[in-house]
Amino acid sequence: MNLQRLLSLDLPRSRWLAGALLLIVVALALAPFLFPGAKALGVAAKMLVFILLVASYDLLLGYTGIVSFAHTMFFGIGAYGVAIASTRLGEGWLALGAGLAAALAVSLVLSLVIGLFSLRVKAIFFAMITLAVAAAFQTLASQLSTFTGGEDGLTFRNPAWLEPSFEPFENEVFGVLLDGKLLTYWLLFVTVALLFGLLLRIVNSPFGRVLQAIRENDFRAEAIGYRTVVYRTLASVIAALFATAAGALLALWLRYTGPDTTLSFEIMLDILLIVVIGGMGTLYGAVIGAVLFVGAQNYLQDLLALGAQAVHGVPVLQDLVAPGRWLLWLGVLFVLSVYHFPTGVVGRLRARAAGWRR
Amino acid sequence: MSPVTARAGDIPKARFDGIPLALVGAVMAAGLPLVGSASTWLTLTAAGLAMGLIVFVIASGLTLVFGLMDVLNFGHGVFVAFGAFVATSVMAGMAGWSGADSLLLNLGAIFIAMLAAMAVAGALGLAFERVLVRPVYGQHLKQILITMGGMIIGEEFIKVIWGPDQIPLPLPPALRGAFLIDIGGEQAAIEKYRVLAVVLGLVVFAVLLWTLNRTKLGLLVRAGVQDREMVEALGYRIRRLFVGVFVAGSALAGLGGVLWGLYQQSVVPQIGGQVNVLLFIVIIIGGLGSTLGCFVGALLVGLLANYSGFLVPKLALFSNIALMVAVLLWRPRGLYPVTSR
Repeated sequence: MNLQRLLSLDLPRSRWLAGALLLIVVALALAPFLFPGAKALGVAAKMLVFILLVASYDLLLGYTGIVSFAHTMFFGIGAYGVAIASTRLGEGWLALGAGLAAALAVSLVLSLVIGLFSLRVKAIFFAMITLAVAAAFQTLASQLSTFTGGEDGLTFRNPAWLEPSFEPFENEVFGVLLDGKLLTYWLLFVTVALLFGLLLRIVNSPFGRVLQAIRENDFRAEAIGYRTVVYRTLASVIAALFATAAGALLALWLRYTGPDTTLSFEIMLDILLIVVIGGMGTLYGAVIGAVLFVGAQNYLQDLLALGAQAVHGVPVLQDLVAPGRWLLWLGVLFVLSVYHFPTGVVGRLRARAAGWRR
Repeated sequence: MSPVTARAGDIPKARFDGIPLALVGAVMAAGLPLVGSASTWLTLTAAGLAMGLIVFVIASGLTLVFGLMDVLNFGHGVFVAFGAFVATSVMAGMAGWSGADSLLLNLGAIFIAMLAAMAVAGALGLAFERVLVRPVYGQHLKQILITMGGMIIGEEFIKVIWGPDQIPLPLPPALRGAFLIDIGGEQAAIEKYRVLAVVLGLVVFAVLLWTLNRTKLGLLVRAGVQDREMVEALGYRIRRLFVGVFVAGSALAGLGGVLWGLYQQSVVPQIGGQVNVLLFIVIIIGGLGSTLGCFVGALLVGLLANYSGFLVPKLALFSNIALMVAVLLWRPRGLYPVTSR
């Protein structure tokens, strides 16, 4: 099996992009050794989860041209599935499997129903319906407090191997003590890598080509003979399932699930920002975007704090670069990306590479 | 053959569809036996109408903008938020009037706050249309993304100007408290502010209907909603008309923001995102692009929210969604579908 097959013949097609991707993969794989410390590892794990979550959303937005605001709902279903099963059945691999299976089943049914009901009509309609359904689901999750823990969420224990107290080796390896937390991290890494490869396979299959045809011109795709409703619904079901898996991974990492970490509308906005800044219609955009965004989310504030010190005393400017306002700058970047480089960072890099070759 | 001349009576007129309007009455009538007591029912109905009319004031601009230019503004909530925050500043700045114990001065303060909010929201709407919406006409996907981005930026700007925390927006003294009405020996309390909101909402509705149905401008707007290209072909600059509608809709959203803020008695920067969901439900129920539908949808949402909030509080949070599903099963394109779409 060579690299080409592994990437489903969808190569980065840009030296810079390939370099960046390689750097990211190596850095994330060796994160526990390269960036010691609880915060850095937490950021790396969040990057992994978001890579999968955003890649699955890109299947909808970038490849099929559907705007859904219910993606966090499926993300939340996955996280709650694991959390509820682990608290009810007691921690263990069985609970984990049962929770994940139940969550996948719920997501499958829900996305199928939403898709069949509202994907027949215009894209805008689907966007609004999903917005309403996601809002209702968020309320539901916080209301069923006996089941979901309400606003407080659920704290639970992982299977023993994945608990921080599990330490298989006596000694440190390369200066790092291997424990259950690190095992969880690598479990996340391997799962995300596998599922990302699967997504690459899906978007580069004939099925994926039909989705892109629908994005470009749905009327024509229908005229050629593809049932666009079926394809759109399938795309939204697949995206929902992958988002559910991402949610389960997040729950596994945090050992906690609450409305704010999975269901809130802010996360939906984050996903949108990442997809657009990274690049719509290419899964590598999700990787680049997620790493940039999650990094910015956690470290841009520190940078802005430095900037705020520099312009301290300047009336308006000091408010604009206050550490809390990092989202303002990402919002501006988002709008500019939609206008000026709708294919995002990845599209830019690829266009440059194509220009060089000519 | 003799020439056929049409008399006034010969041209068939479009029949007015009264069923959705009757539905509002039916919901109110059904609420009475369910709630049980007439006084409680009156209180709830007044609250429902007030909420519904405030939502209508906010949503009317959104539905017209969509009808006229096929632009769905996911950033509409920003104008609501700006309106509400401008009101907090104006009311605080005019503490002499808004805190005085005189109805006239209080109303004056609210009135000036509303004018300021409408001016700011309108100006903002003009900029929003210019900078964000204009370059992406006809591209739905980008519109959704761009207006969403506009919303994020607007919200952050509110945090820059007014800070990220909740700001109280107390009612002026003369508008606090309630009117008490005797019904069958029971006292029905109707909050004074809700009466004001209902009156203002009805005034806005009347002015909108009059403008749309009795003026040249309104005729063009209605014609544009029905068939944009035809109006353009007749030589009218629909773009300019659209900018006007966008600005007016934003100003109305600002006005609605003041009403909503006073209704909640506090404002948070996230207020825009919070009302967005409600707005979309209302305009979907009403039929995208229809003003009357928006009115009926808003009233239904307001009434149902209050009745179900009293009867089964847990379910009240889902009453909007349930209503939307029910309406769409009955009329898939909303209560008053706009013909061309």
